[in-house]
Order: sequence, then structure tokens, then C-alpha cells
Amino acid sequence: MPRLTSDRRHRVAFKLNGRPAEGLAEPRMLLTDFLRHVLGATGTHVGCEHGVCGACTIQIDGLPARACLTLAVQADGAEIRTVEGLAPAPGRLSILQESFRTHHGLQCGFCTAGILMSLDELLTRRPDASEEDIRHQLSGHLCRCTGYGPIMKAALEAARRLRGPAGEGAPHA
Amino acid sequence: MKPAPFDYVRAETLDEALDVLAREGGDARILAGGQSLLPMLNMRLARPATLVDVMRITALRRLDARDGMLVAGAAIRQVEAERQVDPRTQPLLAAALAAVGHAQTRNRGTLCGSVAHADPSAELPLTLVALGGEIRLRSKRASRSVPAERFFSGMMVTERRDDEMIEAVAFPAARPGTGYAFREIGRRHGDFAIVACAAVVDRTAARLAIGGVADRPTARDLPLPDSSALDDALDSFAWSLDARDDLHASARYRRELVRRLGRSTIEEAARCRV
Ligand code: FES
Ligand code: FES
Repeated sequence: MPRLTSDRRHRVAFKLNGRPAEGLAEPRMLLTDFLRHVLGATGTHVGCEHGVCGACTIQIDGLPARACLTLAVQADGAEIRTVEGLAPAPGRLSILQESFRTHHGLQCGFCTAGILMSLDELLTRRPDASEEDIRHQLSGHLCRCTGYGPIMKAALEAARRLRGPAGEGAPHA
Repeated sequence: MKPAPFDYVRAETLDEALDVLAREGGDARILAGGQSLLPMLNMRLARPATLVDVMRITALRRLDARDGMLVAGAAIRQVEAERQVDPRTQPLLAAALAAVGHAQTRNRGTLCGSVAHADPSAELPLTLVALGGEIRLRSKRASRSVPAERFFSGMMVTERRDDEMIEAVAFPAARPGTGYAFREIGRRHGDFAIVACAAVVDRTAARLAIGGVADRPTARDLPLPDSSALDDALDSFAWSLDARDDLHASARYRRELVRRLGRSTIEEAARCRV
């Protein structure tokens, strides 16, 4: 039974956006800090650090979750997806990202990475999500700029495009 | 903020986890989904010397119906219960689960973790108390089962001993002729409830459990909704809960919610009797 002692840094390895990533972390290091400071993946933002604001939301094994309420050592062996993994190719945006741009779904952008990761999972799993489903998913996020209206518009438009008449392609395309 | 230092133990079997608890007692804490514990660590309201991660213990990954109960092991996440629980056999649990935190926290948080944390406004402890469920505790020496109504003994305080962990929680299945309802009022969907109500109503009696008011979820047997005695009984229940003023609501508002939301929850449960 592995015991990782408090006074040392220990190897943590997982898949980050489909590629192997690893680094050293004390047991108490939060996944947010591990992503940002150890791996240099600064797309994930940090707000409250106690699970309330949603800025740090990422996908852990396919499900949106708070990186600030997860220890780096807990994520060992997991599949982690962050906002850096949304764009299908350099210089291109996912349907959801594009729709945020078109509908002004962001202003300062502080909340955006987390919101995208939550909505990406919901709309991939259920492109038929209702307005109410989207609102529920968004209830786990605080945005201090947009008033949420433009975010709702962007999400609904992305859902429509993802459903597409002939399906406008894979969710991440 | 950041947690104070601790050792992290990744237990692979239940015995390993119980050994750590037997040796280190109250200095060790069980870590499951972490959605209650991590905020406490980050704010340094908890400073355990050791965390024992139990999520890789396969024996704790069971969610099954046995002997008229739905039993959820310590490694079962709320999202798994949300997707697997049949609202016909667990109508109250299904309704309450949707109100636990946000989707993003239910994806990690466990049922047993929420029960161990024992926040007085939490939905799952309330559900267990309303249904007369039980908490199954295990230590290196023994196992025992504690009825929910005795388990929660104060604000974030439970009957669990330092060398014990919650192995599972058990929710009694719906009984024929009985209706169930859950309602809560909070600032936003997913926020902590200002007042949460869970009602169980059959042909002869109504039982109402209230969260968010007293220092623990509290249940009382009340008259049926068509009885003229219900309003007085709700009023005396509301006063007995020792409501306090806080940032979110006054004591008076909370008592009023117990009276009104309590009544409408009981009425809804009565309508759902089949
Ligand atoms: S930083 Fe994680 S929820 Fe606010
Ligand atoms: S865009 Fe500024 S907080 Fe949401």
C-alpha cells in the first residue's frame, strides 16, 4: 500500500489532453497548482479554491470536476482534459468555442475555461440538452461579466449545431 | 488557500484502510471523492496528519438493492447513484440527489462522504433520516450499523468513532401505499439549502424531516395533511428546531419555511401515494 509522505514530492503521472504528462507533487498539492505550476498548463483558472466558483473546472475521466477540490496525487493514472484540449487543431476552434466567440459568451474570460469544460461534456453526451439542463450545468459556475445571457445563447447555438440536420460532425470537430 | 501538509495513503484493500485508522485514529481521515473534505483542507479547517484514499478499494464499489434497502458503498460517487437509482423504488433519494451540490461536484463526491461530513443542510443525511436508513460502520475490530436518526449528533458531528469508517449507507426502498417528496429553498440551484424538507406519507401518518435549521437533520411524525391539527404541529416543530439567524436567512424566515414548505412537501408526498 503506497504511502506518500508529506515531506517529499512524489511522481504523479496521467494523460493530459490525450498525451502522457508527469511531474512531482507533495501530497497536499492541488491539481490546479499541479496543472499550472508543474505542467505549465495555465488554461485552467483558479478562483475561490473551495469549489464554489467553477473557474477551475476540468474533465477527469470524462466528467467535469473541480481541479481545486482534487489532489494531484488523486489524479494519478486518470485521463485529464483541460481547455487546451478543446481545439481540434492549432488555429481552429471547437464548435462550442466558436459559438462563444460569435455570441460574446465571454468578456474577461476568467470563468470561460471552466464553463467550456462543463458545457463540452454536457453537449457531447446530450446534444439534445434542454435550456433547463444547460442552466443546471451552468449553476456550478460564476460569471461576473456576461450576466449569463450570452453564454446561454452560445450554448444553445452550439447544441443546435452539434445536433445538426445531418450532424455537423463530431462534437470536437 | 492550500492544505497543510499530510501523508497520503492509497489503500488497495479495506483492511489496509482500517489498519491506518486503528493506528492513527483521529489524526487520519478517509478521503473518498473529496468534495466535502477538500474545502475543509483548503481552508485549513481540517488538518489531518494522514489521508487514506479509499476510492481504489473494489469492495467499496458496490451499489445494490438487498433486503429492501439500497446499499451504497463508500466508493460510490453521487453521479453513479444519480444514473442508476430507480426513482420508482427510491423516489426520495432520486429527488434529493439532483439537489446535492452541482453536477461538477456530484461527479466526484460520494454518498458516504456527504454523510460522514454531516453538514446540517446536506440532502443525503436528510434523506437517510427521513427514510429511517442506516449507516454501516467498520473498524479493524468490529462492524456495526447505526440508525440515521442516532448517527447525526450535532453540527458536523456524528457517532462515528475515530477508528471507524463508513463502509456503506443503506436507504430503505419505497413501500406500497406511501408517497415521498423532497423540496428545498436555496439562493441558487445547487447552493446549500436554507431549508430542505423530505416527507414520507402513508394512509395513517406523515413523517417530515427538516435540514438546514437545527444542528442536524431532524424528523418528526405529524398529522396527515387533511387534518386540522397539521398547522399547529408544524408550528411547534418549527419552534423546536432552534433556528438561528445567519448571512443567508433569519431564524424567523426559516421557521416560516418549515411551516409552509413543510406543508407543501407533505401535501406533495400525499398526492404521490400509490
Ligand atoms: S477555483 Fe475551483 S471552484 Fe473556484
Ligand atoms: S467573462 Fe468575466 S467572469 Fe465570466
